Amino acid sequence: MEFAISVLISGISVGGQYALIAIGYTMVYGILRLINFAHGDVFMVAGLLGIYLTASMPLYLSMPLVLVFTVLLGFCIERAAYKPLRSAPRMSVMISAIGVSYLIQNTATYITGGQPMTYPVIPFLSDTVKIAGTSTKWVTILTPFLVLLLVVALTQLINHTKTGMAMRAVAKDFETAQLMGIRINTIISITFIIGSALAAVGSMLYFTNFQAITPTAGALPGLRAFVAAVVGGIGSIPGAVVGAFIIGICENVIKSTEFTVFSDAGTFALLILILVLKPTGLFGEKVTDKV
Amino acid sequence: MVQQKNKKGAYMALLACVVMLCGIILLENICVMLPQDSVPNVLKPTSQLFAVLKKGAVYSLAAVSMNLLNGFTGLFSLGQAGFMLLGAYTYAILSVPVADRAAVYYLYGGSAVNFSFQDMFGSIFGTEGVGGAVSMGLGVMIAMILAGCVAAMFAYFIGLPVLRLKSDYLAIATLGFAEIIKAVFQWQALGPVTNGANMIKSFPTFSSFNITDASGKVVLRLATFFPFLISTICIAMICLLINSTYGRAFKAIREDETAAEAMGINLAKHKMLSFCTSAFFAGVSGAMFAMFVTNAQAKVYTTTMTYEILLIVVIGGIGSISGSVLATFLYVACSEWWLRFLDSETVIGGVKLPFLRAGFRMVVFSIIIMIIVLFFRKGIMGDKELPDLLKRRTRKEAAK
Amino acid sequence: MSENILKVENATMQFGGVVAVDNLNLEINEGEIVALIGPNGAGKTTAFNVVTGVYQPTNGAVWFQGKKIVENHPQGRMKKLYKGEHGGEYTQVLAPTPDKITQMGMARTFQNIRLWKSQSVFENVLIAMHCRTHTNFLAASLRMNHKEEQEQRERVAELLETVGLYDVKDELATSLPYGKQRRLEIARALATDPKLLLLDEPAAGMNPQETNELTAFIGEIRDSFHLTVFLIEHHMDLVMDISDRIYVLDFGKLIAKGTPEEIQNNQRVIDAYLGVAEDA
Repeated sequence: MEFAISVLISGISVGGQYALIAIGYTMVYGILRLINFAHGDVFMVAGLLGIYLTASMPLYLSMPLVLVFTVLLGFCIERAAYKPLRSAPRMSVMISAIGVSYLIQNTATYITGGQPMTYPVIPFLSDTVKIAGTSTKWVTILTPFLVLLLVVALTQLINHTKTGMAMRAVAKDFETAQLMGIRINTIISITFIIGSALAAVGSMLYFTNFQAITPTAGALPGLRAFVAAVVGGIGSIPGAVVGAFIIGICENVIKSTEFTVFSDAGTFALLILILVLKPTGLFGEKVTDKV
Repeated sequence: MVQQKNKKGAYMALLACVVMLCGIILLENICVMLPQDSVPNVLKPTSQLFAVLKKGAVYSLAAVSMNLLNGFTGLFSLGQAGFMLLGAYTYAILSVPVADRAAVYYLYGGSAVNFSFQDMFGSIFGTEGVGGAVSMGLGVMIAMILAGCVAAMFAYFIGLPVLRLKSDYLAIATLGFAEIIKAVFQWQALGPVTNGANMIKSFPTFSSFNITDASGKVVLRLATFFPFLISTICIAMICLLINSTYGRAFKAIREDETAAEAMGINLAKHKMLSFCTSAFFAGVSGAMFAMFVTNAQAKVYTTTMTYEILLIVVIGGIGSISGSVLATFLYVACSEWWLRFLDSETVIGGVKLPFLRAGFRMVVFSIIIMIIVLFFRKGIMGDKELPDLLKRRTRKEAAK
Repeated sequence: MSENILKVENATMQFGGVVAVDNLNLEINEGEIVALIGPNGAGKTTAFNVVTGVYQPTNGAVWFQGKKIVENHPQGRMKKLYKGEHGGEYTQVLAPTPDKITQMGMARTFQNIRLWKSQSVFENVLIAMHCRTHTNFLAASLRMNHKEEQEQRERVAELLETVGLYDVKDELATSLPYGKQRRLEIARALATDPKLLLLDEPAAGMNPQETNELTAFIGEIRDSFHLTVFLIEHHMDLVMDISDRIYVLDFGKLIAKGTPEEIQNNQRVIDAYLGVAEDA
């Protein structure tokens, strides 16, 4: 019983962290129809920034700076690698995303020398707490609440502000939105900024749990978060969150059995199952080709 | 008249292939023919040149088979590494000589598959001298064909559920299958067959094709020629397919699925054909990749590998076979050979050059890739083929 | 065998709660040219899509050359939502994909031209012949179908000659002027060897002269290819000129059928097109 609870708790917690990354994927996809392969690496860079910045300044300064620099990185990636390809076929943009991911990983390898780095201990978050008979870190307990808080804030922003309305318009129809006087470049930048900021928060939570960061540390969580976004129906924010919790719990349940090798395979099997049953994910919109 | 031009083109292409293959044999054997100390460094068998050529040959087949699916049929699949893995393991499992199996599978107390094609043919043609060479060659060939078949068979079963999905969903589903396959092959329970997470080795590799004399001295090097030969044959087959009536149907599906279906092209059947064919050749290239790295290990066939091949396809031009081949060699040469100097600290005239240390090569390399992606959107060749460009050149000259 | 080549029987097509085609019945005889007309949004293209297998009707059946090819009855959530008639009459489910129907001998063109854009005119027609290819995949890849390929190429050349596109055969399909693209679409449909040709607004966007040429062209191909033609059109000149019979749809329902003269004088048709005056 205790074991089951601890598995569930860590599943929900990891799921929450994936949710923060998945929102970045899903928002960008909703607007640009682009699988932003570099997003997982932005997440990794946020982790590295955390290490380097806390080494030279106190936490209350370094953590906000991590946020700022990650947001800046996301913004720059969009401007440098995706904006010039706005009129190009979708495939080119995606390749550009893969290229950026490559560049970030290689640069990180170059700077860190490829050695795993250890994420700093954040007081309070890393402290242990006993709940329902199992001991865990505070971060595990806090993550789901923080995620829910951020998601509610985000949905408020999207549904009740002018910027949010513009975002929805751009997601529905890129060209018409442009013709209606919406500055799409600003909107797209805002999307990337929100996505990167959430990824930065996610990195603080995630790496407090899994402290070793290598240049490819972003790839797997990124991939899982992306799978979560697809399971939930890519383009839908609630979908991404639900999907992320499902993936997180699923992964931890498989990891707790003897089939640990299959933790990622299980995630993908779930994905394929859902896609076969519901080709556009749980909350995805159905698109039909008019003849 | 149209017919005759086609025939002439086919002969020209055949001739070009033969010339290229002869050139490779010559290049490889200069070091055997010339006296030892007069061979330039770059032509020595240990030179990076040959590693690049071998890897290029292997990757170009992988890239072309991916292009068949992504570029010509318009199916966006990211399962390439998974199919290569299947090919590599099929080849490896069927080719490790029985005598070496106990050593390779020592963790599992020997292999569950106590059979290899090489041994089977060895019992017919003998294991020494010419007979040994024949049985090795035949064994490798059959194992490679089976490698392709196994990959194609898996593709069939994967395709049944996922080929109905559209664009990005298909991509992520195939990517998922590649990951699942990777996990299954690392599973301890399958250890007696797949050797678990350990590598399978001791099977015939490219250098097994070098012909040696009785004393073990190499008299004719064929280690680079062999992958070139296989890749050339396979790529030629893909070219023939693309220009056949089925290839044209694939292009119709790429351009307008609805119209293709309305014109009587069975979408499910043709997508499946393309998917399985692509997987077959990916399997063959996977087998060759195992020969190139001299082992088969599941953890090598990651999504990164698929992305790498996709990158090559796009750099070469989606929908261009010659573009894919060209891009492969440029890509491999750049990443493995030409930029090597960036990785070592260099001092020129007493000044230590900045930035140069381990890892810098890949940074520069990825910047180059970004530049190509951003500024040459259609890739090197667009959707044109090499002969098209040559033809246009001659036409322009004629106009002058 | 009955004389009609196509028979649509009680076909209803419902999207959610919207009935796009309501209990449509029509028959087309061999060798006829039949037009389907009606105001915008009347459900004409939907009817075409039901016949060619793009949509599966919610209820009803389609017969082609005396054989039932499509049949369906409301299922799942449509059981509750279904608003049409003849609810319990059909029990079978027959839903061939569009390619199967094309292979049976029915070919169509599209309202918004759907050519294979980066292929040449010649290739567009050649690809359409693929569905009549007998060679299997392996044999075709290894060039063992030389004779068939040659035959097909000759037939394409012949076909292009007939429709007057031979001189532009090597140009890209999209580089053709609009009228010729329409013609190419028809040629492409002809390449699949149809008995029945369905034309979805073949004269859309054409000027009067082009429309006249098209009218003559449709008559010609009907005779030279022994076709039956079923078309949707808004150009009344063309419709009245070439149709043997006309069906009129309004809001998914068939409101009239008959010869061009009968339709021209039908009050309901006039009302549907011009609207009914408030005080009338």
